[in-house]
Amino acid sequence: MSDVVEKTLTALPSLLSLDSQPGSAKLSTNSKLGSLIRGITELTSKHEEEKLIQRELSSIKEQVSSPNTTMRQMKELMVRTIYCEMLGYEATFSYIHAIKLAQQGNVLEKRVGYLAVSLFLNESHELLLLLVNTVLKDLQSTNLIEVCMALTVVSQMFPKDMIPAILPLVEEKLNHSKEIIRRKAVLALYKFYLIAPNQVQHIHNRFRKALCDKDPGVMSASLHIYLQLIQENPESYKDLTASFVTILKQVVAGKLPMDFNYHSVPAPWLQIQLLRILSLLGKSDQSTSEVMYEILDESLRRAEMNHNITYAILYECVKCIYTIHPKSELLEKAAKVIGNFVLSQRINLKYLGLKALTYVVHQDPRLALQHQMTIIECLDHPDVIIKRETLELLFRITNDQNVTVIVEKMLDFMSINKEDHTTADLVGKVAELAEKYAPDNEWFVETMNTVFSVGGDTLQPDIPNSFLKLLSEGFDDEEENKKLRLFAVNSYISLLQGEPSKLPQRFLQAICWVLGEYSHLREDVEPDLVLRLLVKLLNIKSTSSETKSWILMAMTKLCSGGAPLSVPLEVSETYSSSMDTMLRQRAQELQYLSQNPELQARVLPRGVSQEPMEVDSSLSFLDGFVSEALAAGAAPYKPPHQRQEELSRSKALSLEPYGLSLPISMSSCSIADRQSPTLLSVSSGLSGDRTDHSHKGGSTTLKLDGVRRVWGKEGYLAQRESAEETAPVEAPSPLQPLVQQGDGDASYSQTPTPIPECEQEKQQLASSLFVGLASQSSVCLMGKSEQTSQRFRRKLKDPAASFPSSTQNPLVSPPSSVGHLLLDSSISSDLISSPEQTHLSSVDLTVANGEVELPDRDMKGIKSTLLREDSALAAGSSPHEELDRPKDSCLTSHLPAELSGLPHSEITPLCTSPSLDLSSCHVQKDDSLVLLVFMKSSSDYDIQQIQVQVTCEELEVSCVCDSPVEELKSHGVVVCQYFLTVKSPSVYFVLSGMMSHQIPDNSLQETQFSHRIPLTSFLRPLRLSTEEYGTMWLAFSHDTKQNLPLMMDAEEPLTATLKVLKDKLQLHVVEIIGNEGIVACCLRQDQPCLLHCRVHAGMLAVWLRSPIPELPDCLLYHCQRALQES
Amino acid sequence: MRFMLLFSRQGKLRLQKWYTATAERDKKKMVRELMQTVLARKPKMCSFLEWRDLKIVYKRYASLYFCCAIEEQDNELITLEIIHRFVELLDKYFGSVCELDIIFNFEKAYFILDEFLMGGEIQDTSKKSVLKAIEQADLLQERPRGDYFSNSASTHCS
Repeated sequence: MSDVVEKTLTALPSLLSLDSQPGSAKLSTNSKLGSLIRGITELTSKHEEEKLIQRELSSIKEQVSSPNTTMRQMKELMVRTIYCEMLGYEATFSYIHAIKLAQQGNVLEKRVGYLAVSLFLNESHELLLLLVNTVLKDLQSTNLIEVCMALTVVSQMFPKDMIPAILPLVEEKLNHSKEIIRRKAVLALYKFYLIAPNQVQHIHNRFRKALCDKDPGVMSASLHIYLQLIQENPESYKDLTASFVTILKQVVAGKLPMDFNYHSVPAPWLQIQLLRILSLLGKSDQSTSEVMYEILDESLRRAEMNHNITYAILYECVKCIYTIHPKSELLEKAAKVIGNFVLSQRINLKYLGLKALTYVVHQDPRLALQHQMTIIECLDHPDVIIKRETLELLFRITNDQNVTVIVEKMLDFMSINKEDHTTADLVGKVAELAEKYAPDNEWFVETMNTVFSVGGDTLQPDIPNSFLKLLSEGFDDEEENKKLRLFAVNSYISLLQGEPSKLPQRFLQAICWVLGEYSHLREDVEPDLVLRLLVKLLNIKSTSSETKSWILMAMTKLCSGGAPLSVPLEVSETYSSSMDTMLRQRAQELQYLSQNPELQARVLPRGVSQEPMEVDSSLSFLDGFVSEALAAGAAPYKPPHQRQEELSRSKALSLEPYGLSLPISMSSCSIADRQSPTLLSVSSGLSGDRTDHSHKGGSTTLKLDGVRRVWGKEGYLAQRESAEETAPVEAPSPLQPLVQQGDGDASYSQTPTPIPECEQEKQQLASSLFVGLASQSSVCLMGKSEQTSQRFRRKLKDPAASFPSSTQNPLVSPPSSVGHLLLDSSISSDLISSPEQTHLSSVDLTVANGEVELPDRDMKGIKSTLLREDSALAAGSSPHEELDRPKDSCLTSHLPAELSGLPHSEITPLCTSPSLDLSSCHVQKDDSLVLLVFMKSSSDYDIQQIQVQVTCEELEVSCVCDSPVEELKSHGVVVCQYFLTVKSPSVYFVLSGMMSHQIPDNSLQETQFSHRIPLTSFLRPLRLSTEEYGTMWLAFSHDTKQNLPLMMDAEEPLTATLKVLKDKLQLHVVEIIGNEGIVACCLRQDQPCLLHCRVHAGMLAVWLRSPIPELPDCLLYHCQRALQES
Repeated sequence: MRFMLLFSRQGKLRLQKWYTATAERDKKKMVRELMQTVLARKPKMCSFLEWRDLKIVYKRYASLYFCCAIEEQDNELITLEIIHRFVELLDKYFGSVCELDIIFNFEKAYFILDEFLMGGEIQDTSKKSVLKAIEQADLLQERPRGDYFSNSASTHCS
């Protein structure tokens, strides 16, 4: 490509020579700027500089607006203006002239004009509209330089709404003969994609062409787009994996022109880009990952030179290896690289080493153990950045044994740190750790006190919220609850007796709430004393009016405790005339309730916190009112998105196409339709938050006690927990016996030689920091199901609400101790079924479920993975695997009898160890999905003690088969069954598993695997009448709306489209009336999702509602897929 | 990349390029605070910073600090090399570059940057082709460097 570029560039001067600017003028230009700059440097004070610049600017202003100024002079003036702006002085008057210069100047002047515009104006600046015409003209110019400039400015900033106007021209440039133009066009499209993804959706196939461009520069530019696309939807680009691998192979082998080398490393930027793409593609996808193992190994091997650029590649490689489906050989090498980084003397590498450790410590806690001494040293590093990163690492390895030490370190750091952002972040982390692992009440309350005081008012509001929630909901042990509350009350009373004026407002609010609720627990303190403390607080000047509301509320609660009324009456008197309406209301309440004990007892009953209060989020109690109003002729209520839709319909011009968008990653909710008229269809995770916010906004008006937050980010704690628990089990490390459980003592010794004192100190610290890390991993190995118990595990307030099925579902029975061993205790104990019961109900199901069919896409996906696997075989994997392949079909015969009548998915291989092959398939039952894992021995000896653990964050996994398989005869087959039910919906569920068994020399052999199941496998039709549908519809709060394509070619588009959905996704079509249709489905009986479909403007406007926050979005994704495929 | 800043040891901004839309007021505030933070750091310290919600990569060349803000998932080391490559380009163009070159010819520095990075992503990794594109355009203009060197160059040059 180098000579092509050369040719392009040699063409440039001839184009440029059109401009015949005399050198002398140029010189004076610069000397004017020069004298300005020199003038500034000679000045001594800021004030003088200001005067000089103002003088300069007014002279520029005069000149630019004079009609006699030539473009050449204008260019020179513009350069000076840019300089003034850079110094921080505004020159808004010049913006319009910059645009004019770009419009009217010759090539060189234009260049300065464009530069000035791109520096002065923002994407949203209104003047930018004036630039559109100029850009249009330049894009059509025959002068290459002008085209280049236009593309550059377009990628720098361009009004979003005007993209359609220039898009065809930019697109056209993808076919330009000069690669420099093609490359810039690709990058401009990349920029468009970032700011307005919907508008470039229709040209995705053009991107593929750019990827195949013969010029490597254009190809690497297209990778920016692919990285973005794949990040948002990795599934659609799996087919490109092999191509990316091939490109990387060629790059690594040095097949690109020398031009692309950087410090004799071939195209490092390209390599890193490719590695990032590969890691996204291979993430929890075994077959895709297998394609890239070889090249990753090669990249690791090649990058050996001691230069930053090779380290950059190595770092990216390591990240990739730990992201994709693991391969032990590569992991080992990657771990070594991380070790080199951590131990490096170069501080930048050390930092990245720590960072890498932070990433991988979940997967491999041993790695942190190996480097514990380095980590300890980094904790006292003079550079705060290193310290900060070390704390981040420690945060990830915290458990209930080292929590006090780690939190202490974090608090130490906070006391010297001055940056708000860091403090806010750390405070949140400390609060999280304290809540999760607190060893005792005292420590917990004191730590939270520090969190509140240090965090100040930058504290994220959810910290006090969840703290108060924890206090009010309590744990399983009532006695313990009382102790904690009492301790908090004591602590707060003494704080208020000190100097409360120094405490942050948020903390004061929390204190008020606690005192209001629980100060009665302390019998030796008169309510009067507490009231007086509160009055003192009320009188402090710095107390905000929000805090005052909290204080008044606390007083209201205290009055019910029979406190003397004089104080509250006085206070309410003062504030009932306050200018702040909120305060006035509180004061009125206080006044009224304190005088009316009977009402008080009804409104604020004591001990109510034990009984959760249900919030009727659908406001059904207003139904009567609504129907009355309707009868009286009121207009029916339209939800905001419908109103918006109608509004946008009435608008004359809409530049935005009603494109499809595929919200793939629900958790990140990054894309979910940025452009469609229904702004509401951001993932419902968001809409949940929104409710939360509105709730918080009025938090002063709400009584927090006992209100169960149906909408909050319930389960945050649980999520983290399970993330930790699914971390792969480690083989016993040689270090492990050295680290004692319990407190750090002298028994820890890594080196047998005598140790100097300070070293010893460090080692003690090490043992107290890293305690429990190794033991944690061994716990699982021994098959001990009891995880280290968490002190503040949230009590399940209402089991029926969290796992509503547990009361109705016949499959559920008390935990069976046998099944227990195989499973993660914390998630499964509630839902383990005993074998007999399962058997009974599954027989019933066979009959009921005769017509159930597997969605065929599911099958297709499985087939394609098989194919890919085959090609990998052809490339030369072990012949041993090949032998087994034909036998897979035989596995069908091993299906358990009660399941053999049901439709099952194709059997796919999961993983292979030298002596054992695992494959799996799933069988659909009425209320769950059964995952079957076939263990097939391929060795000549019997295999002992096979254990297979399957976990998934979003699924309840319960095992049916009893205990580990004691013995598997040579070439025999054993089947394990797992019942899967959905905990929280997701587009795809990724199960991660771990298989371990004993090999003849009695050591344990472990293999990890993962398996993916789409949501569709869990979907069941929900048979409802239209009436039932109506009632349910009103009761659900989470909704999403989106337009889907309609099968226009069918005779009855709506019926045809719904039929596709029905067939592919097993939805139940309740009724079709005119151009509307209602459809229902569910995951389990208690996880329904209702769809309301309406034909509108050639599209199918679908409105989904469900009580489960994530379900509508996930289902929507599959609907889109189903309709696209058909 | 979110933005790139060049500033002197005295805290004077020399070049700024923003790749994401940011309000003018925020820009000024960020520049001021970031300069303070970076200038306070000692020479042997780590080149990477976590600052607000951004990842900052900076490097000092003589009296000039080059400073980039990148996304969470971006590679810090390669960003350091982007800075280095930019310096190499400036060096090649100006012939052993110093801060004064950039002060007096800042618009050229912008042109080089635009040819090197586009929309915040690296566009051309080949030193030769970037410089070709710039130099061709400059053939028409005399290089007026030198005349203002006489006064102060010796004090600042690297």
